[in-house]
Amino acid sequence: MSTPTTARARPESAETERVMIRCEGLTKVFGSGPAATEALELSRQGVGRSEIQKRTGVTLAVHDVSFDVRPGELFVVMGLSGSGKSTLVRLLNRLIEPSDGTIEIDGRGLGGLDDAELRELRNRRMSMVFQHFALLPHRTVRQNAEYGLQIRGVGEAERREKGEWALEQVGLAERADALPGQLSGGMQQRVGLARALASDTDVLLMDEPYSALDPLIRRDMQALLLRLQRELNKTVVFITHDLNEAMLLGDRILLLKDGRLVQVGTGPEILASPADDYVADFVADVDRTRVLTAQDVIHPPRVTARLDDRPADVLHRLGQAEATAAYVLDDDDRVLGVVHDDWLALAEATRTQEVSRDSLTDDYLTTAADRPLIDILQQVGRHPVPLAVVDDGGKLVGVVPRAAVLAALVTPGRS
Amino acid sequence: MPRIELGSYVEEFITWLLRAIPGVLDAISAVVTAITDALTLVLTGPPFWIWIPVLAVAALLVRGVGLAVYTLLAFLLICSLDLWAETMETLAVVLVAAVIATAVGVPLGIWAARKRAASTVLRPILDFMQTTPVFVYLIPAVFFFGIGAVPGVVATTIFAIPPAVRLTELGIRGVDPEVVEAAHAFGAHPRQILREVQLPMALPSIMAGINQVIMLALSMVVVAGLAGAGGLGTTVVSAVTQLDIAAGFEGGLAVVLLAIFLDRFTAALAQRPLKGYWSKLRNREPAAAAPTPAPVA
Repeated sequence: MSTPTTARARPESAETERVMIRCEGLTKVFGSGPAATEALELSRQGVGRSEIQKRTGVTLAVHDVSFDVRPGELFVVMGLSGSGKSTLVRLLNRLIEPSDGTIEIDGRGLGGLDDAELRELRNRRMSMVFQHFALLPHRTVRQNAEYGLQIRGVGEAERREKGEWALEQVGLAERADALPGQLSGGMQQRVGLARALASDTDVLLMDEPYSALDPLIRRDMQALLLRLQRELNKTVVFITHDLNEAMLLGDRILLLKDGRLVQVGTGPEILASPADDYVADFVADVDRTRVLTAQDVIHPPRVTARLDDRPADVLHRLGQAEATAAYVLDDDDRVLGVVHDDWLALAEATRTQEVSRDSLTDDYLTTAADRPLIDILQQVGRHPVPLAVVDDGGKLVGVVPRAAVLAALVTPGRS
Repeated sequence: MPRIELGSYVEEFITWLLRAIPGVLDAISAVVTAITDALTLVLTGPPFWIWIPVLAVAALLVRGVGLAVYTLLAFLLICSLDLWAETMETLAVVLVAAVIATAVGVPLGIWAARKRAASTVLRPILDFMQTTPVFVYLIPAVFFFGIGAVPGVVATTIFAIPPAVRLTELGIRGVDPEVVEAAHAFGAHPRQILREVQLPMALPSIMAGINQVIMLALSMVVVAGLAGAGGLGTTVVSAVTQLDIAAGFEGGLAVVLLAIFLDRFTAALAQRPLKGYWSKLRNREPAAAAPTPAPVA
């Protein structure tokens, strides 16, 4: 997963950055004829979905949705059934023709493409994973994995090599000659994923790929996707109705309700400031310990000491902060250990001039900034000093006091 | 109530057609005669003690021991009834008619599956073809092609086409739309989708259609005996006209035995994977591998 800092950059502030998928005012009205035209006209005037349905009898599936997805981003579209999310993902490769709005894939507009160009684009630039796997039942796992390449007309040897690689990625290489019907649901979806990976496209569209799987398998598949995403860095549009899944996977999340965009943002952003009551209601059930990371609850350390500090000064600062121990840092802010108030008091009594290395204890724990709270819950509050958050070089970037964790887990507006 | 002379309009049309396209009719007649004669020669040329083992082994490969034993006994019984040559002649007409009916019916079914309008137009025509009394087919057939095997084959073919169309359409429409969508999503051409996705997945249904084609052809071919098509049809028709119970029973029994053989044989072809020895020979190794859970990263 990307670090919170990059994930927080909003699309508005990144105009110079390359955009992989750009959607502008995307709208889909199901049906044709005058009723559909009228419905489209009404939607342009901002009339809502239920009103349009009542007046024209036509369904407005997706209504004026705009968003950007950057290269390498795992972008989750989340909504309940009927929110238009499956329609939205099919608009991206024009499996469903948009009624209005524009789509650009890597700067290339989709609107003007003829059939042959569209097939070419679908084959080379994007691949798709389906809810019910959509494998060819009469072909082996290997042939299924090679399907995109076969359509592309890739030669036998290269096809086999890439198909094999993709099956290895999803851990199914030894089942290559089985038929899909002989595999479990989770394994079939691995084949679906391998088929998408083998095509080696930049964009991966995933339409509720894990909804049909049972929870344990789903968790495996989520972990697999995150691992592959770290290694392969594709641009993924992932559809789900499960907010916990969205929060776990998504670099950013787009919330869809009745075909309209409600909010776009990172998981923690949406948790911290839901756009409206609907979202607030929604996120109330999210397992925050899995969404929020140490980064989201970090505080600056209130008291730190250095080896050349006078014990009397340190003790004074400790007293002011109502703390009993402090981290001792070296010149590069790396944590050396912890000094306790009882030693400091003794040192002051004996007129010791410096905090000595011998005085330091190691009763503290450290964590990385991107650890989810579930991992650090066990560690906060175990020691007199708060949990230390360190970077890769061991440098102290902040601390996590127990109170900060508890505060973050409380749902705003609900008690 | 004024009398609408519908029948005479049709008659005039048929007469006009006969004058307008004699070359085409002669060509059809020549081709059908050639194919039927060739196939009859192949089936009746070698003696029964060659053909019966061949058919029994084919039954063993496709379906299994049961059908093989049945084939052996049924055809030996036909031999002892002195109806071997007639049965083979009938089989030749049935096969020719079934192949032509399939060749016409399956593409029509594909067309109907892809175009709603085609389906709407075809449906009443198929109803007409299936419900018109079978004897009525024989009149224009004899009119166009005279007496003999050709009008029999033509009438049989037309009668047998509908199930090929219907079950092909049904099979293609029944293909999981998500799989077709996946093929689109990977950039497949509609032709590729038809060939690699829709037809293979519709194959069991199409094969069931072909099975029905053969059964209908067999039921029609006896009636075609009235037009002088030869084979078991002639035996049965002459038995009926002479009220010969013995010959009628024997001819009818031979038709039934042949029908059961053809039905079981083609029904086994329609199933996938095949149950017979052919698939057991082919799939011995892969079937042994037990499913093992994939390692999770």
